[in-house]
Amino acid sequence: MQKRFVSLWFRYLTTDWLTLRRPELKEVPFVLVTPVRGRVTITAANALAEVQGITVGMTAADAKAIVLDLQVIDEPPGQAAKLLKALGEWCIRYSPVIAVDLPAGLIMDISGCAHLWGGERGYLKEVVTRLRSKGYDVRGAMADTPGTAWAVARYARVTPVVSLGKQAEALLPLPPAALRLEPLVLDRLHKLGFYAIKSFIGMKRSVLRRRFGEGMLLRLDQALGNEDEPLQLLQPIEPYAERLPCLEPINTATGIEIAIQTLLAKLCKRLAAEGKGLRIAVLKCYRVDGQLIKTDIGTNRATHHAGHLLKLFELKIAGIEPALGIELFVMEAPKVEDVLPEQEALWASEGCGLADISLAELLDRLANKVGADSIHRYLPEEHHWPERSVRLARSLKENPATAWRTGRPRPSMLLSRPEQVEVTAIIPDYPPMLFIYKGKTHHIKKADGPERIAREWWIEEGQHRDYYHVEDQDGKRYWLFRSGHYAGDQSKQWFIHGFFA
Amino acid sequence: MPGTQREIINQLQKDILHWQGFKAPLPGTTRFAGLEAIEAAFPNAVFPTGTIHEFLNEVPENAAACSGFISGLLGTLMQNGSVCLWISTSRTIFPAALKGFGIEPERVIFIDLKREKDVLWVTEEALKCEGLAAVVAEVRELSFAQSRRLQLAVENSKVTGFLLRKDLRKLTSTTCVARWQITHLPGEAIDGLPGVSFPRWQIELLRVRNGNPGSWQLEWADGNFVAIEAKKINTEMLHERKAG
Repeated sequence: MQKRFVSLWFRYLTTDWLTLRRPELKEVPFVLVTPVRGRVTITAANALAEVQGITVGMTAADAKAIVLDLQVIDEPPGQAAKLLKALGEWCIRYSPVIAVDLPAGLIMDISGCAHLWGGERGYLKEVVTRLRSKGYDVRGAMADTPGTAWAVARYARVTPVVSLGKQAEALLPLPPAALRLEPLVLDRLHKLGFYAIKSFIGMKRSVLRRRFGEGMLLRLDQALGNEDEPLQLLQPIEPYAERLPCLEPINTATGIEIAIQTLLAKLCKRLAAEGKGLRIAVLKCYRVDGQLIKTDIGTNRATHHAGHLLKLFELKIAGIEPALGIELFVMEAPKVEDVLPEQEALWASEGCGLADISLAELLDRLANKVGADSIHRYLPEEHHWPERSVRLARSLKENPATAWRTGRPRPSMLLSRPEQVEVTAIIPDYPPMLFIYKGKTHHIKKADGPERIAREWWIEEGQHRDYYHVEDQDGKRYWLFRSGHYAGDQSKQWFIHGFFA
Repeated sequence: MPGTQREIINQLQKDILHWQGFKAPLPGTTRFAGLEAIEAAFPNAVFPTGTIHEFLNEVPENAAACSGFISGLLGTLMQNGSVCLWISTSRTIFPAALKGFGIEPERVIFIDLKREKDVLWVTEEALKCEGLAAVVAEVRELSFAQSRRLQLAVENSKVTGFLLRKDLRKLTSTTCVARWQITHLPGEAIDGLPGVSFPRWQIELLRVRNGNPGSWQLEWADGNFVAIEAKKINTEMLHERKAG
């Protein structure tokens, strides 16, 4: 079968991407820069900047001198490759064989695909217009070889579809750069006055080899189709999903459990083989009456332990309503992470620390029954304000970034909201003599303080607090504070904030 | 023959303990510094870990004292780097304060539930997890059957459970190995200095399986339990030495 290739060229790949993410850059000339050997060099410029004479490879300082209102933005490393990979994966709808062609292109093997979009011309138009409508300035060309398609996409001014076997004709008027040659060879060709391919393509191979090296002949052959060009194809990741169609509709809990068990066994086998574990699993049950029932579970750490996942699903089986029966089960794992292989311990350690699997599995079970938002773990934060001195840990693995402070007394029990108390305080800045909390009078026998804690003005405004650590006649200990400075009337100024052990 | 009689009784008591599942302490048994007097009240003079204890606290002040005592115990139990779960529906424990009791607060996982009926389920699941240092649960109601379920979970996993009971009217008999009540005592000034001194508690062991209930006074000083009587004697001896 005749091979056909499409080469796509994204002229402003990274700048187009940034414009899509930040629409305000649409009307502004901007460049992306990256430091090269100590100089900030331009790696990409958008169309507005380019018409004003800014080219790739210039230093940012020069460019800023040329265009005064130039925006200079750091380029995230590896962005082009990442974008091309994503675009390539999107393009798989047009052809299953796609290769990334760095720095700014894709090569698609479209043999046998074009007729689905109404012929080659229609196919190319469809691909290019769809990509352009997404906001990427793209040019495409079609030819028998990737090399010719590449050349035509970038350098030709005529029709982008090179008909069968016409590579040579298409290449003739193009400059030598269209052959993807090395800069040194291009330079030499240019010096010798070869401004178009037609001026040297007819020369003897031995002459060309002697003067310009084997690489040039290879490129020429690849463009003309005399030599195969290996492509490094994109391998899209197959989604982690398993299907289980049932001969008879399933409508018992036992049946559903067996189905889940079968699906999990298959899924976990694949995950284990690839060294992955799932964080979220979704079970979709297609019912006979056309309804779709979904249940999902989440785990605290990636796992491919089928037994544990089954336990998590067991808690959910009661919620699955089979009605007349379920005819198809689909198990998907939308969130998958790498699992580090466990080192087997010769001696099981005594305690079960935060990294322990049995703890993670316990928390999974709890999270799936009562909700993940009910599990809390706290880490210290560098604030004196009591409510802000701890924060929630984001994950089980997170370690405290700062030490817990023990310098000042802090109550074992802290009321989430300070409660107002009535006090008798005679001397300013002395602890009160007594306070009434929930209708009970407490005579203060001993007290420490005040410890003044100011609000952080950059976070919120308001009164500071003067905290007193007090002990009443029974030895009960409280954390009281006065909000703001001492004022004559004691009402609405004193609060209880916690109980000491 | 009173000597032989005593021997026989001792042997019988040992046998009864053995039949009831109490084993002689192994060399690796957890010892709580400063709690020797209290430990003596338990069979074999060992503070029972791997079982369930019940704490009564009606008012928040008692709960604070109780949390102090439990935190002190947890500090010893969590020494091997293990994790503790604290289960409740209305939690007021302030994690930053736990550090003062020798606990790494980031190793305490709080389960804050919305519904009372989830507490027992979560507690049972947690008690089944081997390797946890302890599980603290604030339980409102606990029937005998429910407490037996928890006890069965604990017997396999050897996790220590602490149940905090707030509602004393709903108290029934349970399988818990001990029932405690902890209240505040006025602190004693150190060398007559003003200000609040170390916390001091009245520890009442109201009910204990195969042991002797009792009442003790404890102080939490410088990260250790200190029995009050012992301390008094020590200071008296110091004074005597100074005088002499």
